[in-house]
Amino acid sequence: MEVFLQTLVAGILKGGLYGLIGLGMSLIMGVMGIINLAHGQLMMVAMYVTFVLSHYLGIDPYLSLFVSMPALFFLGVVIQKYTLNPLMEVDSILPENQVLMTVGIGMVLTEIARFIFTSDYKSVQTSYSDATFFLGEISFSIALVISFFIAVGFTLFMFWFLLKTDTGRSIRATAQDKDAALLMGVNSKRITVITFGLGSALVAAAGTVLMPVYYLFPDIGGPFTRKAFVITILGGLGSTVGAIFGGLTLGLAEAFGATYIGMAYDDMIGLLIFILVLLFLPGGFKRLTKI
Amino acid sequence: MKKFMPLILLIILIIFPLVYQNAYYQHLMILVFIWVAIGSGWNVIAGFTGQVSFGDAAFFGTGAYTAGLLAHHFGISAWWGMAFGGIMAMAVAFPFGWICFRLRGAYFALASLALNEVCRHIATIAEPLTQGMVGILIMPTFVSKIPYYYIALVLAVVSVICVQFVMKSKWGYYFLSIREDQDAAESLGIDTHRYKMVSLNIAAFLTGMAGALFMNYMGFIDPEVVFSLHDISIMAILVGIVGGVGTIYGPAVGAFVMVGVHEFFRTGFFGFFKGMAALTGSDFLNIAAKYISHAHVLGFGILVVLVILYLPNGIVGDWNKLVGRFFPFKKKEAAT
Repeated sequence: MEVFLQTLVAGILKGGLYGLIGLGMSLIMGVMGIINLAHGQLMMVAMYVTFVLSHYLGIDPYLSLFVSMPALFFLGVVIQKYTLNPLMEVDSILPENQVLMTVGIGMVLTEIARFIFTSDYKSVQTSYSDATFFLGEISFSIALVISFFIAVGFTLFMFWFLLKTDTGRSIRATAQDKDAALLMGVNSKRITVITFGLGSALVAAAGTVLMPVYYLFPDIGGPFTRKAFVITILGGLGSTVGAIFGGLTLGLAEAFGATYIGMAYDDMIGLLIFILVLLFLPGGFKRLTKI
Repeated sequence: MKKFMPLILLIILIIFPLVYQNAYYQHLMILVFIWVAIGSGWNVIAGFTGQVSFGDAAFFGTGAYTAGLLAHHFGISAWWGMAFGGIMAMAVAFPFGWICFRLRGAYFALASLALNEVCRHIATIAEPLTQGMVGILIMPTFVSKIPYYYIALVLAVVSVICVQFVMKSKWGYYFLSIREDQDAAESLGIDTHRYKMVSLNIAAFLTGMAGALFMNYMGFIDPEVVFSLHDISIMAILVGIVGGVGTIYGPAVGAFVMVGVHEFFRTGFFGFFKGMAALTGSDFLNIAAKYISHAHVLGFGILVVLVILYLPNGIVGDWNKLVGRFFPFKKKEAAT
C-alpha cells in the first residue's frame, strides 16, 4: 500500500509538469494546426539557460524563470516569424512541410547545444535538490513539490489569460476558425507568432522548474517531444483542458510502470498508452469532456 | 533525348566500376544505390500518398536485423535476408499502419517516429535475440566491392522501376488522390485506409530489402546504426525532399546529393580543411576540421530548413525554377 501511495504521489507531481508541457503543445496545435516537433528541444534550450545562470552566476533555478521564459518567448517568436510563417506562402506538394521544418529546427537547436556544451551530462545542484519531507509514510521531494505548484500556477494563469483577456480570446478565436477570426479583425498572423512564443515560454517554465531534480544533455529534447505528443493525443488534439488530464495520466502511467514493470520500459509505456487511446478512445479525453 | 537520359545514365553506371577501379568511390556509389531504394520507398508513402513517415529506420533496421539474425542464429546465408528482410519489414508495417492510419498528417508522422524509437529500444533490450549494443557481425561474402556494386545497382533500378510501375497503375492514382484530398477520395469510393496500407507496405518492403543489403555489405550492425533517427529516418526524408517529393527520379538525384553532402561533412570538405591546416600550420583550421567532421547532423538540420524554405519541391520538382535562376538566358529562349 505504501509503495502504491508513493507511486501515486510521484505520478501526480510528474503529471503536473507534463501538463504544462502538453499545454504549450496544445496551444500551438490548436492555433497553427501543426504539431511542433521542436517542443522538447525548446525545453532543452530553456534548461541550458537555467544551467548557465545557476552554474556561472549562482542564480537560483526558480528565479531564472524570469530569464528563461522571456528568452524562450523571444526564440519562439523568431522561429514562428522567420521560418514557419514564410512557409505559408511557399506552395509545395507536401502539406506537412511546416512539421518537417520544426524537425529541422529541433535538430539545429540540439546540435548547437552540443557544440557549446558538448554531450556531457550536466545538472544543477541546490540545497533543496535532495531534500524531502514526510507526510505519514510517504516522502515528498521538496523540489518536485515546488515545481508542481509552479506548474499548476502557470496552468491556472494560462486559463485566466485565454478566457479573460483580449489576446487570449483572439487566440481561441483563431484556433476555432482562422478565416472567421480574420474577418472579425483579428490579426491572425500576429496571433500565430504570439501563440508560438507562449507555447515556448510554457515549455521553458516546465524545463526550468524541472532543472533542480533532473539532469541535462543535448539529446534530452527528443523524449520530451514524444511525451508532449502522447499527451496531446491523450487529451485530444488542440484541447487545453485535455492536455492537463493527458499530462496527469501520462505521469501516473509512467510512475506505475517504473514501479511495477521496470525502468527500462519508460518510452514503451508512453507508446502503449498511445496505441490504447487510438484503439479505444480515438479523439482522446476531448471526447469525454467536450471542451 | 530526354526520354533516353535514364538509360544512358544506367549504362554509365554499369561501366563505371570496370573503368574506374577506386574502392572508395565504389563504396560511395553502393551507398547511393542503397539510398535510392530507401528514398524510393519513402517517396511512395510520403511523396505520392502524402503520409509523411519519420520512421523509415524501423523498416530499414528490421530488414538488416532479419538478415543478420538469420546468419547469426541459424547459420544460413545472410543473402536470404534480401527476401525475408522485406517481408519482415512488411510484418512490422502492417500492424503499425492498421492502428496508426487513424491518424492524419503530422500525427501519423510522429507515430512513425515513435515506432522508430520503439524498434531501437527493443533491439537494444532484447539481448538474447539481438545481442543488444554488442551488435551483430557477419563475414562478408565477397572481398571485392564490384559484386556488391552490381547487386546494389539492381536493387536501385528495381525499386525505381517498381515505383514507376505502381504509379502508372490504378493504385498510383488512388495514392495521388489520397494525397490531394483524403475526404474527397473517400467519398469517391476509395478505401483510403486500405490503400494507405498498400502504400506503406510497398515502402516498407523496399526499405527492408535495402536494410538487408546494408547488413550484407557492411558486415556489422548495432541498434544505434540501423535504427538511427538522424542517420536513417531523417536522411531518408532529406533524400526525398532534396531530390523532389512525388517524382519518380527524385530519390535517385536526392540520394546522390545527400550521400555527397554526408561525405562532405564527414571528411571535412573532402580533407580541404585538414590540408589547409597542414599547409598553413594553423591550429584554428585543425580544430575547425575536427568540429566540421562532427557537425553533419547540424548540417542536415540546416539543410532541412533551407530546402523547405527555398526548394520545397526538390531538385527534380523545381528543376525549371533552378534553371531559370542560374541560367536566366535559357528562360528567355523558352519564352520566345
